[in-house]
Amino acid sequence: MPGAARRVREALPLLPFLTVVVIFLLIPTVTVIVSSVYADGVFSLDRIAALFTGTALSALADSVLLSGATALLGAVFGAVLAWLIVSSPPTSMVRRAVLSLCSVLAQFGGVALAFAFLATVGLNGVLTLWMQQLFGWNLAASGWLYSLSGLILVYTYFQIPLMVIVFIPALEGLREQWREAAVSLGASTWAYWREVAIPLLTPALLGSALLLFANAFAAYATAAALVSQGSPILPLLIRASLVSEVVLGQEGFAYALALEMIVVVAVVMLAYNLLVRRSARWLS
Amino acid sequence: MSRNTSGVSGSFNASGVGVALDDLTRVYGTTKALDGLTLHIEPGELVALLGPSGCGKTTALRILAGLDEATSGTVSVGGVDVSKVPANKRDMGMVFQAYSLFPHLTVLDNVAFGLKMRGKAKGDRASRAAEMLELVGLSAHSHKYASELSGGQQQRVALARALAIQPRVLLLDEPLSALDAKVRTQLRDEIRRVQLEVGTTTLFVTHDQEEALAVADRVGVMSQGRLEQLAAPADVYANPATPFVADFVGLNNKVPAQVSGGRASLLGVTVPALPGSVASGSGIAMVRPEAVTVTADPAGAARVVAVSFLGAISRVSVTVADGSTISAQTAGSAARTFAPGDPVTVGVEPGGVLVVAQ
Amino acid sequence: MRAATVVRGALWVVFGLFFLFPLYAMADFSTRNLIAGGRTGQAWANLVTDQALYQAIVVSLLLAVFTVAAMLVLLVPTMIWVRLRAPWARGPVEFLCLLPLTIPALVIVVGLRNVYLWVTYLLGDSALTLTFVYVVVVLPFAYRALDAALAAIDLQTLSEAARSLGAGWTATIVRVVVPNIWSGILSAAFISIAVVLGEYTIASLSGYETLQVQIVLIGKSDGPTSVAASLATLLFGFALLLLLSLVTRGRRRARTLAPGVTV
Repeated sequence: MPGAARRVREALPLLPFLTVVVIFLLIPTVTVIVSSVYADGVFSLDRIAALFTGTALSALADSVLLSGATALLGAVFGAVLAWLIVSSPPTSMVRRAVLSLCSVLAQFGGVALAFAFLATVGLNGVLTLWMQQLFGWNLAASGWLYSLSGLILVYTYFQIPLMVIVFIPALEGLREQWREAAVSLGASTWAYWREVAIPLLTPALLGSALLLFANAFAAYATAAALVSQGSPILPLLIRASLVSEVVLGQEGFAYALALEMIVVVAVVMLAYNLLVRRSARWLS
Repeated sequence: MSRNTSGVSGSFNASGVGVALDDLTRVYGTTKALDGLTLHIEPGELVALLGPSGCGKTTALRILAGLDEATSGTVSVGGVDVSKVPANKRDMGMVFQAYSLFPHLTVLDNVAFGLKMRGKAKGDRASRAAEMLELVGLSAHSHKYASELSGGQQQRVALARALAIQPRVLLLDEPLSALDAKVRTQLRDEIRRVQLEVGTTTLFVTHDQEEALAVADRVGVMSQGRLEQLAAPADVYANPATPFVADFVGLNNKVPAQVSGGRASLLGVTVPALPGSVASGSGIAMVRPEAVTVTADPAGAARVVAVSFLGAISRVSVTVADGSTISAQTAGSAARTFAPGDPVTVGVEPGGVLVVAQ
Repeated sequence: MRAATVVRGALWVVFGLFFLFPLYAMADFSTRNLIAGGRTGQAWANLVTDQALYQAIVVSLLLAVFTVAAMLVLLVPTMIWVRLRAPWARGPVEFLCLLPLTIPALVIVVGLRNVYLWVTYLLGDSALTLTFVYVVVVLPFAYRALDAALAAIDLQTLSEAARSLGAGWTATIVRVVVPNIWSGILSAAFISIAVVLGEYTIASLSGYETLQVQIVLIGKSDGPTSVAASLATLLFGFALLLLLSLVTRGRRRARTLAPGVTV
């Protein structure tokens, strides 16, 4: 069949790309899915069942809490910062610098951000020492930086810039004509926001918040650099079960944990994509 | 389309009010977008502001709407100074060039938006909006969204939306510029029809002279922030007041001429020189192609260079005695009678010409 | 109007403090002389003098270069081919390129163990074998940058013109297409460099000593040096992206008014 032969010929040059993607992305993913239900060649749901007990369950709960809290904080403050940036006069240098900084902090920070906060509110952190000198109050005493509340603070530091990057296109998609049309039809500033701007921005806002959730849920580097002992959240539990195969007395538990992670992230990203499509229809 | 003098009244007749822009100036940094513009619009009249980009016509419209503030000068509506009134309280309907429909609302909700802002009850809003959609012929589309409509349909909805609030003044900012040519002609007649029916005082901004001449009661030609001429379309066309107007509106031949005693001599004939011409001596006369006559003449001093058949009309390019080329407009059928190289005689129809300095 | 300006100014100050203070703290912390008080550049000097750290920096930079090269060699011809000859593959290729956004690096590294047994068997035990995984990790960013650049040119016409004048595929790609999508290539390259330099998850859980892994290791004993290295990473990434935004100036979509569809 000429059609099929042509397809194959057209697909051939795609082979190098496909090879890399299959070997280094698809196979690992399939390995995780398969290995979470196949222990030593035997189909078994034990590993999955173990996800819903004790340590694993509380790690999941804390991960959800961490991701939810930082998604909310990041979305709210990030939206405000995004609005600040967009509504400033386009003095291009400041705007470029701020957006570049946001990119770096949001996506490439990881370990560096952990150390940034260690340098600020860690045991010998700059702020800690200042507080000690000024108020005789030891900010870092309880070691809170290495617990869930510390993680919330540090995660927010990269969630806000991520929100800025993801949300700014939507803000910029708010055409000036809509505001002027609304005004000429008698809308006050508040009425414009209530009837036009906020309804139009809501899908983008919600979608971005979901993206922030997925981002925090899957994040590893920052927590790994801050927390050296214990596994309060899911990614660190995965680390523990990779590094020592004897966690919970079950081998290969890491596979089940990883499966849990993909499922949560995939579901959230699916919802995110649906919302982003709606937003793009209106705002681009 | 000219106004029929017996005003049509319907359940949505908004009697327009007069608009007065007095000595408006708008300065941005070192640029003067408007330079002392004075324009008075009669109640119910449609004035078209015509000019190239940057001439200040959109600035004037936005100042009238309240979306921009004049550096000096006043804006009055119905005799009341509204210069300090915020845009959302000016009770004016505005149609933008494109993309002004709210994408998250249906057509009906878009049209009803202004009524919602005025606190009208839901039932009243819906029926009034339906009326307006009927007026622009889009009742069948009331539950669609902007993205499902064509450009022409979107602008008709925008028009319905602007008129739903029974504005005292209707403002149109190049409403047809973003549309295809055929849609443009249909929609401009539609806009004029609706405006006549409702009777609202209207300011229509455009850079397309054919559009301006076709819809307006009076045309204001602008250049560099100033009003060059404000007159009925026929007057602006036949009796341009300044070289800019003569050049911008319609096509022109530039023919050397001698002026004396209020008359201009060119191409072997003498015609009246329009006010605004050079007082005496030599100058350049601006002659419309349709005012140039071409007759076959074996002894003629002019030669045909090319003939372009344009359907209803033909353009005949002719070289005259002094070597320059003139474009004449004739009936389409006349194209067959002329061929390049034919000797012809060229003349000018009686009627004034504007003679400008060399 | 004035109230709004005050509020805006206050907001800028608050955000500025929140984001810039930790960076200042890093600078302060890394230049602190713990023994004698005052300032010292020792931590920063360690970036070049400390053997292990220096090695890690070199490894990471090499990895970044290799990843960018591999990514470009892999993606550019593939994306051009898809646009010109296999438009039916556009959807699947885009899906695959954006998939890494949904599959966390942590998951990849968990499932990577078996694959890596083969990789180290075939290619040895160097950290540079991470190149292939990193190509996958940077795919979403690189794809978006290259896609935007390719969409902005008339690829069809350009390549047909080149081929009709006698150019082969390689010449077409290298001499005609690449110069025209230069901003997209730079964008993809710079972002990929920043990603690779900052990557920790896969490297650490696979047991390789790249820059970030080394920073964390050192951090247990020598705080200031780790902080100095972290700050250096952030500043370098910032400089890269700032440079990128300056070079690709007109990329933002202009709001042009398109003609409406005929009724």
